[in-house]
Amino acid sequence: MARKISMKQAVNEAIDQEMSRDPTVIMLGEDIVGGTGCDGEEDAWGGVLGVTKGLYAKHPNQLIDTPLSESAYVGAAVGAAACGMRPIAELMFIDFMGVCFDQIFNQAAKFRYMFGGKAETPVVIRAMVGAGFRAAAQHSQMLTPLFTHIPGLKVVCPSTPYDTKGLLIQSIRDNNPVIFCEHKNLYAFEGEVPEASYTIPLGEANVVREGKHCSIVTYGLMVHRALDAAATLAKEGVEVEIVDLRTLSPLDIDTVLESVTKTGRLVCVDEASPRCNIGTDIAAQVAMHAFGALKAQIEQVAPPHVPVPFSPTLEDLYIPSAAQVADAVRRTLKGGKH
Amino acid sequence: MVSITPIIMPKWGLSMTEGTVGAWLVEVGTEITVGMPILDVETDKIANAVEAPDPGLLRRKVANEGELLPVKALLGVLADSSVSEAEIDAYVAAYVMPVSGADDDEQAGPAYLYADVDGLRIRYARRGAAQGTPVLFVHGFGGDLDNWLFNIDAIGEKHPVIALDLPGHGQSAARVPGVSVEALADFVARFMDVIEVPQAHLVGHSVGGAIAAQLALSQPQRVATLSLIASAGFGPEINTSYTEGFAAAASRRDLKPVLELLFKDPELVSRKMVDDVLKYKRLDGVSELLLALNAGLFANGRQLAQPGLALAATGKPVLMVWGKDDQIVLAAHAAKAPAGATVEVFEGVGHMAQMERANDVNRLILQHIGV
Repeated sequence: MARKISMKQAVNEAIDQEMSRDPTVIMLGEDIVGGTGCDGEEDAWGGVLGVTKGLYAKHPNQLIDTPLSESAYVGAAVGAAACGMRPIAELMFIDFMGVCFDQIFNQAAKFRYMFGGKAETPVVIRAMVGAGFRAAAQHSQMLTPLFTHIPGLKVVCPSTPYDTKGLLIQSIRDNNPVIFCEHKNLYAFEGEVPEASYTIPLGEANVVREGKHCSIVTYGLMVHRALDAAATLAKEGVEVEIVDLRTLSPLDIDTVLESVTKTGRLVCVDEASPRCNIGTDIAAQVAMHAFGALKAQIEQVAPPHVPVPFSPTLEDLYIPSAAQVADAVRRTLKGGKH
Repeated sequence: MVSITPIIMPKWGLSMTEGTVGAWLVEVGTEITVGMPILDVETDKIANAVEAPDPGLLRRKVANEGELLPVKALLGVLADSSVSEAEIDAYVAAYVMPVSGADDDEQAGPAYLYADVDGLRIRYARRGAAQGTPVLFVHGFGGDLDNWLFNIDAIGEKHPVIALDLPGHGQSAARVPGVSVEALADFVARFMDVIEVPQAHLVGHSVGGAIAAQLALSQPQRVATLSLIASAGFGPEINTSYTEGFAAAASRRDLKPVLELLFKDPELVSRKMVDDVLKYKRLDGVSELLLALNAGLFANGRQLAQPGLALAATGKPVLMVWGKDDQIVLAAHAAKAPAGATVEVFEGVGHMAQMERANDVNRLILQHIGV
């Protein structure tokens, strides 16, 4: 039975159901139980934004509050995964990944290769991504491209509660390390989600809106900016198609190429810094594999190449807006041959 | 007394709240007869033509192509030539447009109900008239109660209507009581026990038709009449590239061509329809269940149960409806109808006659059931 829940609840429900289904699913992180100052464990905070609230009461043997040492507990999670557990490590903000790059890039991502295919590393590392939370430059980055760059890691960044639950369950069941990126400004976003468990394959994009004039390829919070832009453009008679990548690695380039082959125009929208981001990768692949289908220049929408500002006014200007997306579509519609 | 008939945005299915106006199929000044398609309406699930409820002269197109309007919004006006333009202007101006989302369903009770039948949670809808023998709709393999979205409310105007998601289907429990037509027919009888329906007019589609026929054989007192649409159970042939393809398809790319086999016009398969089926198929346990059901119902490419062939002995009134271009169950099976059955085969229609020719099928069912 489907009912409306928030993206935050979708994360909680996915972990809850997988912990019930499989006792080897465990979770490590800072304050994920979070009992300090609470009346009892049932009341515990459940993480900095309450995402894991209530899980400890249901699965007391499957959640561990760790010391403030990301490198230690991410390493522990990776090691436990190699030894037969299915750990989920929660890293609060993806910005803190820097101190555990060896554990992620050089260990988890490489075990299968370094041990001749004999080692599996079914670990999920969850972290909040994105700007707009008034949390300044060290808690606001969209670091999806860094992880997408590393072979051996899978990278997921959902845009809806339905996708969040299905992709997180699939990530937990996957036998490879998955970096699961949750946009903090989507946590309150609600949508219909079935109560029962279900999975969405990793590496499958979703066409969230069909159109014939221009393709917008994006993911995460930017899907919603693209939808807003599409509604504006529809009033001008422009029908855009929106591809939500959902998984950044593996990448469903086939769906992107199919869409661009149909529309002949491409706007890449990415909240990550503009150099070497997901959008530039999509643009390059389309230019290589579907150049003949392009009727005009490819457009990019991304923030400026600066740290995320702390000033709310500047932060709002930093994040790509629906108006910028719509302008990019108008530019590519004016450009090229007709 | 000025006689003006409004053409309004229909409500197709329990979840429909609004629709997009498609092309007008007739011009102002056309004399409309009952059942004539007037304009197309698209919902997020499917597109269909709005047909005239009453005869009359089309005097005014109120809705424009591309407009998104709530259910019951005024789309056009029928009135005879004695009605003046000013009277039509006044009628249109006075028409109270419903607000999108402000549905009267809340007064009518929840759209879906749930019953616990032998430990299985079953979703169903119960609506329509208060009095009379209910009409029970049974969908086919891989279907759900939304297969009846064009039928439930139309039949519900005259009779109480019930539609269920069979076990392992739609939003019912992802388990089945067995993988045979007999087991599923027994289960439908148990469902009728639980919701306290001693007898019903059974309307079955595809495998749902075979289930209804089997119920008429094994528990004849539960069945008043049978209306069977593109029914299984009347011969061994079945297009297993559909049933196997449906069970196996894991992606939108695989599933869309399979669903297109259901309709004469593959354009009817909307993105939303594919997404909904994919969401169902991705629930834990459903893929395995469909493979088991497929193997249990259609071993070696043949229908194992053919209860339809024994229906004559039951003496039940039978209506059989088929699309001539059905690619799943051959329309030739209509020839196996029991003596005395009403048989209607529609040209240019595929396996989903109740959707593709909804208004005609609804009329046939209402005639068959009687009042």
